[in-house]
Amino acid sequence: MLSIKNLQVSINGKLILKDLDLEVKEGEVHAIMGPNGSGKSTLASVVAGRDTFDIDKGEILYRDQNLMDMNPETRAREGIFMGFQYPVEIPGVSIANFMRTAINEKRKHLGLEPLSGAEFLKLMEEKKKLVDIQSKLTNRSVNEGFSGGEKKKNEIFQMALLEPRLAILDETDSGLDIDALKVVANGVNKLRRKDNATIVITHYQRLLDYIIPDYVHVLYEGRIVKSGGKELALELESKGYDWVKKEAGAQIQG
Amino acid sequence: MDTSTNTLPLKERLLALFEENQEAIKGPSTPLVNRMRKNALSMFRKLGFPTTGLESWRFTDLTPLLKTEFEFDFSNQSRSMDIEKIFTCDVYDLDTFSVTLYNGWFVYQNAALTRLSNGTIIGSLAKAMEVYPDLVDQYIGKAAKPEQAGLTALNTAFMQDGLFIYVPEGIKVEKPIQLINIVDSEHPVFLQPRHLIVAGKNAGVTIVQCDHSLTHNISFTNSVVELFAEDNADVEHYMIQNKGRNSALITSSYFQQKKDSRLTTHAITLNGGFTRNIMDASIKESNCHSEHNGLYLVDSNQHVDNHLFIDHEAPGSYSDQLFKGILDDEARAVFSGKVLVRREAQKTIAHQNNKNILLTDEAKANTQPHLEIYADDVKCSHGATVGQLDPQAMFYMRSRGISERSARQLMMYAFAMEVVQKISIEALRDRMDHLVEKRLKGELSICDQCMLHCNSKEPTTFNIDLSKI
Repeated sequence: MLSIKNLQVSINGKLILKDLDLEVKEGEVHAIMGPNGSGKSTLASVVAGRDTFDIDKGEILYRDQNLMDMNPETRAREGIFMGFQYPVEIPGVSIANFMRTAINEKRKHLGLEPLSGAEFLKLMEEKKKLVDIQSKLTNRSVNEGFSGGEKKKNEIFQMALLEPRLAILDETDSGLDIDALKVVANGVNKLRRKDNATIVITHYQRLLDYIIPDYVHVLYEGRIVKSGGKELALELESKGYDWVKKEAGAQIQG
Repeated sequence: MDTSTNTLPLKERLLALFEENQEAIKGPSTPLVNRMRKNALSMFRKLGFPTTGLESWRFTDLTPLLKTEFEFDFSNQSRSMDIEKIFTCDVYDLDTFSVTLYNGWFVYQNAALTRLSNGTIIGSLAKAMEVYPDLVDQYIGKAAKPEQAGLTALNTAFMQDGLFIYVPEGIKVEKPIQLINIVDSEHPVFLQPRHLIVAGKNAGVTIVQCDHSLTHNISFTNSVVELFAEDNADVEHYMIQNKGRNSALITSSYFQQKKDSRLTTHAITLNGGFTRNIMDASIKESNCHSEHNGLYLVDSNQHVDNHLFIDHEAPGSYSDQLFKGILDDEARAVFSGKVLVRREAQKTIAHQNNKNILLTDEAKANTQPHLEIYADDVKCSHGATVGQLDPQAMFYMRSRGISERSARQLMMYAFAMEVVQKISIEALRDRMDHLVEKRLKGELSICDQCMLHCNSKEPTTFNIDLSKI
């Protein structure tokens, strides 16, 4: 589904991602872990199409299409979803209006008829239940005045409505108490299908107690320095990142 | 029609015209009003038209407009005609008591002045001076400040007709009273309507003042509104402006509020060549609510200017100003909001906010929030922003599959809605919601509002071009 090869990304001449390779197949859940500043969020943003970065070299293929040729909205319509670490407040735009516009632009792109108001409302009710979101939240302006937990739940709610093929959740667990974390993880698990894939970016292991990954990658200084199964996350939890840093240091020097 | 003075500068021409046409101008006016005229004329002689040398006119230059060879007609044209033949208000379900001024003159179907069974009087100011001289004299000129403003002095000297509303004590007028100002002339006209609105003690009234032009010719409307809210009165005043790009509309509104009164005003400018709204609210007594909202959506070389002065003379009152604008092309907006809190006005709460979105590098907004506080126990705030749409929000929306164009529209619409949502008349709010959406999509023409004329002429569309943000 997603194939990243030799990706090198910089901001104002500063290298953020170096020779990064990542292969994600349908039905898989990948966790990308790593210390702060290792480039995790940059990776998510690059896949979603944020244009504040320079892609120096490498390629990103998504379902055999070159992602670099697509603007962010086309990527979204083709099934890529990024859950933001810091969801943006949009005063005055209701979640309902926002999501209806998004869904209908996606449907148009796919050659489908737009959803009517009633159809959309029905879909919204369905998804609200799925992610356990309070109904009053959807009448409010997008993220405006939301608590940290509400913002993250709202991300999952949007994901549920858009039904992405590839979801990249950027630090969706940050700032969440354990109850909110369970709600978010539960939502992600319910949305898992054989034909979609999820990349979970996190600093801590605890989210991975609830979303069980097939693969865990450790990103350090812009490179994936270690990959393994779910047990790697537990190892990181007990040993900390210093262990990886040391190993990586030896690798780089060696 | 007078042409002998056409070569003089406008100020001199007006002074001469006043002398020549005194009898026609005075018409049925009360002796008090005629004395006011004389004083006002000498004030105008002294003050003249405002120039950019004045602080309050620094960003607004009338000079090019004043070079126009305007035509004047002082003969009373207040008349009976079927206004629906030339104009139909298309705000559906807006159930109003509707009156019309055609080129500044009152148009009526049955009577120039109507007295409702509850005692409310609605109609022509000229007629009211004849029929209710004492009532007119009790209020007229008591709020306006001709000594401070040449244009108000000029209007006071020349005023002949306009809307008169008197709501007696304790009466709540259920239907909004809608005033439709239509300018329709083959020649450049200079109009000076004068409106007098009185809400008695415990009275309630809503006035919707719609300004339209049915012409693409140059026009200059120098209008003055005096509005009195007596003790515990509840008044809502709307100005909906959708005018042609060759029209100039200056509305000087003077509000006077007594104890416990509530005043809410809305100034919505959808189109207009040159628009200046001057709103001067005097809070004379305690515990008043004085709220002023504004929205302007302008493009090409349109100019819109909102100039507010809220004078807290008494304690315990609340005032709020919220003005928002979206500017495209080379449009220009000026906001000046002054709040004066006098020493006596303790426990005043006053807020003001002006927010502008500029869509091009050429669009320009000058904003001057201004607080002058002499009392020590007050809560006041002011803020002003001039900026572009938030790029973070833009990316967030695009990352959900929403196109740049739709994202911009959603955000601009949301920006404008903060003001639209304050419209309390549901039908008008819905209509305005729709008009704002159309305006932002570039689909609103000034001709939308007039059935007959615009269908026969080439429609003028105004387009806020979303691709430029």
